[in-house]
Amino acid sequence: MSTAIESSTQPVSASPVVPAERRATSLILRAREFGIFGVLFLFVLFTSIAQPRFLSLQNIKFILIDTTVFALLAIGETLVIVSRNVDLSVGSVLGVAAFVSSNLYQIDPGISIIVVFAVGIGVGLACGLGNGILVAFGKVPSLVVTLATLYIIRGLDVLIVGGNQVVANALPSSFLAVASGSVLGIPVISIIVAAMVLLAAYYLRNFRSGRDLYAIGSNPSAAQLVGIPTSKRVLIAFVISGALAGLAGVIWASYYGTINSTAGNGYELQVVAAVVVGGVAIFGGSGSVVGAAIGALLLNTINSALYVLGVSAFWDQAIAGLLLLVAISLDKGIASYLAKVLRGRSRNHGA
Amino acid sequence: MTADHNADDFKAVALSLQHARKYFGAVHALEDATITLRKGEAHALVGENGAGKSTLVKILAGVHVPDSGVLEIRGQQIRLNSTREAIAAGVAVIYQEPTLFPDLSIAENVFMERQPTRRFGRIDYPTMERSVEEILAQLGIKLDPRRLCLGLSIAEQQIVEIAKALSLKAEIVIMDEPTAALSSAEVDRLLAVIESLKRSNVAIMFISHRLEEVYRICKRVTVMRDGRYVLSDATSNVSQDQLVRAMVGRDLEIRSATSDAPTGAEMLKVEHLTEEGVFSDVSFSVRAGEVVALAGLVGAGRTEVATAIFGIRRYDFGAVTVGGKRLRRGAPLEAMRSGIGLVPEDRRQQGLVMEMSIARNVGLGSMKKLSHFGLLNSGRENSLAQEWGARLQLKYGRIGDSVETLSGGNQQKVVLAKWLARSPKVLIVDEPTRGIDVGTKAEVHRLILELARQGVAVLVISSELPEVLALADRIVVMREGRLVREFARKDATEELIVEAATVSGGVAA
Ligand SMILES: Nc1ncnc2c1ncn2[C@@H]1O[C@H](COP(=O)(O)OP(=O)(O)OP(=O)(O)O)[C@@H](O)[C@H]1O
Ligand SMILES: [Mg+2]
Repeated sequence: MSTAIESSTQPVSASPVVPAERRATSLILRAREFGIFGVLFLFVLFTSIAQPRFLSLQNIKFILIDTTVFALLAIGETLVIVSRNVDLSVGSVLGVAAFVSSNLYQIDPGISIIVVFAVGIGVGLACGLGNGILVAFGKVPSLVVTLATLYIIRGLDVLIVGGNQVVANALPSSFLAVASGSVLGIPVISIIVAAMVLLAAYYLRNFRSGRDLYAIGSNPSAAQLVGIPTSKRVLIAFVISGALAGLAGVIWASYYGTINSTAGNGYELQVVAAVVVGGVAIFGGSGSVVGAAIGALLLNTINSALYVLGVSAFWDQAIAGLLLLVAISLDKGIASYLAKVLRGRSRNHGA
Repeated sequence: MTADHNADDFKAVALSLQHARKYFGAVHALEDATITLRKGEAHALVGENGAGKSTLVKILAGVHVPDSGVLEIRGQQIRLNSTREAIAAGVAVIYQEPTLFPDLSIAENVFMERQPTRRFGRIDYPTMERSVEEILAQLGIKLDPRRLCLGLSIAEQQIVEIAKALSLKAEIVIMDEPTAALSSAEVDRLLAVIESLKRSNVAIMFISHRLEEVYRICKRVTVMRDGRYVLSDATSNVSQDQLVRAMVGRDLEIRSATSDAPTGAEMLKVEHLTEEGVFSDVSFSVRAGEVVALAGLVGAGRTEVATAIFGIRRYDFGAVTVGGKRLRRGAPLEAMRSGIGLVPEDRRQQGLVMEMSIARNVGLGSMKKLSHFGLLNSGRENSLAQEWGARLQLKYGRIGDSVETLSGGNQQKVVLAKWLARSPKVLIVDEPTRGIDVGTKAEVHRLILELARQGVAVLVISSELPEVLALADRIVVMREGRLVREFARKDATEELIVEAATVSGGVAA
């Protein structure tokens, strides 16, 4: 009844199609990391010329510990964003976990450090569970849920802290040593978190449940069709994000020693910026934890540079916002270019 | 032969669905659907757009639970509450619309949730990629399993879906219009794969609007109309006419389509259009009242030329002129303002806003006409959509329903309606009847010719030669990105067009 025209099975171009497209893709993906390191290098270069103190061992250590806290938050945020959600409550969770855990020393100075960490992580986990249930089972958009919990949890934090705050004197040196201990000048905690980043990256790449998150973010309805337990996965992503924010809170407390109800204020923007700058697509489906951690390093280096140069901390937020904007527009450009390259390469069949 | 035939009648039943009913609110998608699939046999399911075929598929896939009805798989009554359960029961489904993850590799798409693993549950990428490579080779397709699905053409997406279904090694394979987006070489390969599945005793359900495919590979056929079972018989017992009558429920009047409209001034002129490595030196023109067909292989660059004319795609050299006015390149808004309309090939992605209503989607192209002082008149929007809905035999619940709820073929019709309602001066239609049922096909042809009669310059891209011959006043053939031949309708035959499209070194016109 209808005859279709035969299509040729020969590729239009004689050149081998496969390697070229893979090269293009990996080049583009690597360009992102080169870009970040390029910006990082320039920043370090100019700042250290203007203010040599910037490259002092002490300052580098500060940058590393700050990055460590953010990298922890970034791991969780990456899981969440990859699944096409967002967790804006991480800053508040960090704040409340920091206070509740370190405050234990004010109640019982002899308390075990393990209990302190467990409580911090537990508080974060509970917050993440609340977020996750509302998003995954309540079907409320994560932006709405976590924007609400950002304020609710911060409000609770203010209530709990009340007039008192935790000061360094109240904290045992063993606890303060968590953030300050170092080998060969590198904070031990940074090494541990770097290992966690690599572990998370390995997990996301090599386990089904990790791939599920990418699938969910890439095409939620298709994820349902292939039988991925989407609600469960999204719930777990939020729980992990919460727990890591709790852990980051304990480390934050150990590092700063003084904890009041403003701890972690505004971190959510910085973390989202770090993750997106590090190449995680804001609408889910792609990106890596390693990239996000590198993004965190960039952001904290910039913040530190501004501080060293005597620029008001107010600019931190502005810079984070600007970077976010640049990264997102860059991503859109890259994505459409990538699509074009891939489309161009597959012309051997199909129009 | 007769012995053979008798033996086939005793083939074991793999799956049977009896008296299934499924309502979506007020929409009665399925009233009373019945189908029986046997092992080692391909069974066709045919019916008009909106007859309920895909709804039936989704019941077998565990996507929808029927309101009533009995499902048996291998003689056991079963209730499929999720797609997981259907997969576990040995049912593999190729959905009408591709359901891929653009950010993941082809291999991962094929094996998602079933990735081969090594110790500790780690995914074994090399094994996975090798299996996918093998399946793709079996389908005769050169695609790198490691490549992302982002940017795959619809045909390629469909092939990944087919690979996915094959990788399941399921005993029951259900294919909802797997051939709609494929070129005939790819169709041939798919049909060969179906043959080999039959030999390994797999039960297959095959949905297609191309009846010759049904006759080629299916032993039996079931016809559905308005959500009801109409007939089920061996394909050797029903003629194509009987089949069409059963689908449509009346005799189909085939109006012979001719446009002998006098052609007017040159409306669309394309000169030396070139995109490095994609198409080069493409020149042709379309007059008012004329229908020109762009024929050629899938992949010859026809869609690319069309999208370049419309400004979605940039070209390197050349010029596009509409009504004497030269268009800037890469400016689709200007193209639209100058009166070009483009019905894209990939309608779902490029032509529709799935969450919006039918009326809004139809009206999207005609906002100016429909609004008063910048305010949209939704009454007029609705009546415009209703008018076009009626002309294209659109099957819908309410005009305010979201396009998402329409059947695949009916979604195609909405995109057609959107551009036809705009009354363009130049209309470019890429594969106008893809996924559209036999009854409406003739109607779409009639509409295109009527537009030409009203003075619209029409450029049709079609891989179906009878369609090309039925519509076109002139036929321009492309091969490997170049124009190779031009025919007047009276000089063209299917053979000549195929020859021009495939034989290299042929006479260039
Ligand atoms: N989720 C839904 N909500 C509301 N109505 C629906 C839904 N899914 C399908 N329908 C309706 O059910 C009817 C049957 O649709 P179905 O997709 O099964 O048709 P089909 O036979 O596959 O058609 P086609 O040949 O166009 O693909 C249509 O009228 C459609 O609008
Ligand atoms: Mg359908």
